[in-house]
Amino acid sequence: MTQTIPQVADYIRILPELVLAFFGLVVMVLDPLLDDEGSRKTLGGIALLGALCGLGASLWMAQSPGLAFWNMVRVDSFSVFFHVLITAIVAVVILTSYEYMAVQRIRAGEYYGLILFGAVGMTLMSSAVELVLIFIALEISSISSYVLAGFRRREASSSESSLKYFLLGSFATAFFLYGVALMFGATGSTNITAISQALQAKGVPRLAYVAVALMFVGLGFKVASAPFHVWTPDVYEGAPAPIVALMSTGSKAAAFAVLLRVMFEINTPGRFWLIWVSAALSMTLGNLSALVQDNVKRLLAYSSIAHAGYLLVAFAAQPGPGISAAMFYTASYAAMNVGAFAVVSHFAGAEERYVTLADYAGLGRRSPLLAATLTIFLLSLIGIPITGGFFAKFYVFSAALKSGLVWLTLIGLLNSAIGAYYYLRIIVMMYMREPKGEITVRRIPASLGVALALSVLATLYLGVLPGRVLDFALRSATQLMQPHRAAITPAPTPPVGTM
Amino acid sequence: MVPLSYYLMLSGILFACGILGFLLKRNIITIFMSIELMLNGVNLSFVAFAAHWHALSGQVFVFFVMVVAAAEAAVGLAIIIAVYRTRETLNVDQVNLLKL
Amino acid sequence: MPENYIVRYLPLLFHMLIAAVLAGGMVVLSYFVGYRRPTRAKMSPYECGMTPVGDARGRFSVKFYLVAMLFILFDVEAVFLYPWAVILRQLKMFGFYEMMVYIGIVLVGLFYVWKKGVLDWNQTSTRRGTI
Repeated sequence: MTQTIPQVADYIRILPELVLAFFGLVVMVLDPLLDDEGSRKTLGGIALLGALCGLGASLWMAQSPGLAFWNMVRVDSFSVFFHVLITAIVAVVILTSYEYMAVQRIRAGEYYGLILFGAVGMTLMSSAVELVLIFIALEISSISSYVLAGFRRREASSSESSLKYFLLGSFATAFFLYGVALMFGATGSTNITAISQALQAKGVPRLAYVAVALMFVGLGFKVASAPFHVWTPDVYEGAPAPIVALMSTGSKAAAFAVLLRVMFEINTPGRFWLIWVSAALSMTLGNLSALVQDNVKRLLAYSSIAHAGYLLVAFAAQPGPGISAAMFYTASYAAMNVGAFAVVSHFAGAEERYVTLADYAGLGRRSPLLAATLTIFLLSLIGIPITGGFFAKFYVFSAALKSGLVWLTLIGLLNSAIGAYYYLRIIVMMYMREPKGEITVRRIPASLGVALALSVLATLYLGVLPGRVLDFALRSATQLMQPHRAAITPAPTPPVGTM
Repeated sequence: MVPLSYYLMLSGILFACGILGFLLKRNIITIFMSIELMLNGVNLSFVAFAAHWHALSGQVFVFFVMVVAAAEAAVGLAIIIAVYRTRETLNVDQVNLLKL
Repeated sequence: MPENYIVRYLPLLFHMLIAAVLAGGMVVLSYFVGYRRPTRAKMSPYECGMTPVGDARGRFSVKFYLVAMLFILFDVEAVFLYPWAVILRQLKMFGFYEMMVYIGIVLVGLFYVWKKGVLDWNQTSTRRGTI
């Protein structure tokens, strides 16, 4: 052992997690002491403060890159990128929940606490470079989202969604864990850098291929890529809308971060076809199924499967442009999807009554502002220029073309064309159909207004000035491909026969 | 000394039993137990590999997996109770409000 | 020590045989030698303790499940104390503080459970919403 006591720098490198966990605990302690109304107001504020402090801590953490806690955590541009992204998503989701909680009359205490604890898991996933730590972080974020999915407790559909998510989710994490165990068996280590060194030095044993495939199953489930996507529409339909926003962007971003690390840093053997098939399947199945949906939450669920497919295209490309394109895509998808679900959660009303496509008829007349913001997000999801979605798709497909993936690019482009149809259907519904029935759209409260404004700004910013974010992503990509090999301290080798 | 491959085969068989149970059983509690069986299969291979590589870390991982599994069990049972309260059944085929 | 793998376990076999003969002999002997005067109390399933009432498959209150769940959680969390205790001397005071933080987090959980009224057996629903 080189040292048994961590340095101060070690703690700074996990500061965002510490801050988020601390605020989560504060919420947990205060919750039983407050009544319903008080908990809704106060705890929401505390949670928001926690998320913002987490964001600040992420920026502070960026000042001291390096390894922490015996090579278990690494702070580099890559993890900073995802830390900032995830904490920002969490802040916006909390802003969205503020009104939602009151309308649904949900007891808010545990809700905000669980969001913060889930954020701890997600952020930790993006900076962990140790497979078992990744597993634990994955479980922290998953377990909180299992509970959060069932939070509309009066609704049978919500508990059902929670059950399905839980059963299929733990099934998938068991696969991931088996993959970790086999990788440990194949290389004798669970540290990502050590694994990649071992595979380079000694050649790739057959066990490593199996391990990678199993890990891909587990992570593929988390990012909702086909053929592991079946849970997505059901869970998204039953879960509270702000939580869907969190699951479809935050958890997904974290899982993609892990996938990027595992796939590129280990330089995983035999990943290409795995990803190719999964990407093609996700895009096609997601888009085709979305065509026939008339529940907006389900439609967006299938759309999120399709977007996972586009993102995986970047994984099949060469590392340099591939990683940066994937990172850019995650960010812009997060901006537009959080926004879209914020609109859905506001419009849905008590007990989430208005979620079908027909309810959206004439929204342009009922609430022009709401309709306009949703239109921006939908146009971005299609990939229209001056929105973030355009450059996201552009970078992914140009990275794929540069790597000679003509067929995959063709499939992707065809799918984007199909996708345009169902997004446009919502827009047509909102502007060209007469409003039917008596739906009173509530005024947009300040908290939701801020959330929507932030999402719109982020979407347009990425669409007009993508340069800075892309540069940052490119720098992270180069760092990810050349891990600080020298910085790793050699693992202690206990004498043989100590066991 | 029992060779490594025996342990691995046993852990593979346990894992496969878990998968089969997950896919074939209809009672939610049984499905849930199948998942636990899968995790325990993984634990066995962790320990076996730990002995193979003479690395204590493998055994510590099992602790972590056990704790995570316990947390998962607690949450899972709570969810199952919540479903039972609204549905009065623990058969997955009847938990079908959302189409799959 | 004989080389044969099975032969090494012969003492164990003898041990089991002797145990079986001894235990079986006691039961058989008491059957032939002992007196038998059955009374009502002696014939009940548990001679001392509660008289069994109702079906063994009767339903439990859901409160038992909550308590069992809490037990599992707090019980399993204690597992980390063992490896910690082994190397506490090496870790010096730092290890002590670190574990205090861990126990503190567990205690926050206990506080939460307590304040929510889960530990109160007499209430049908907790103070803040039903369980």
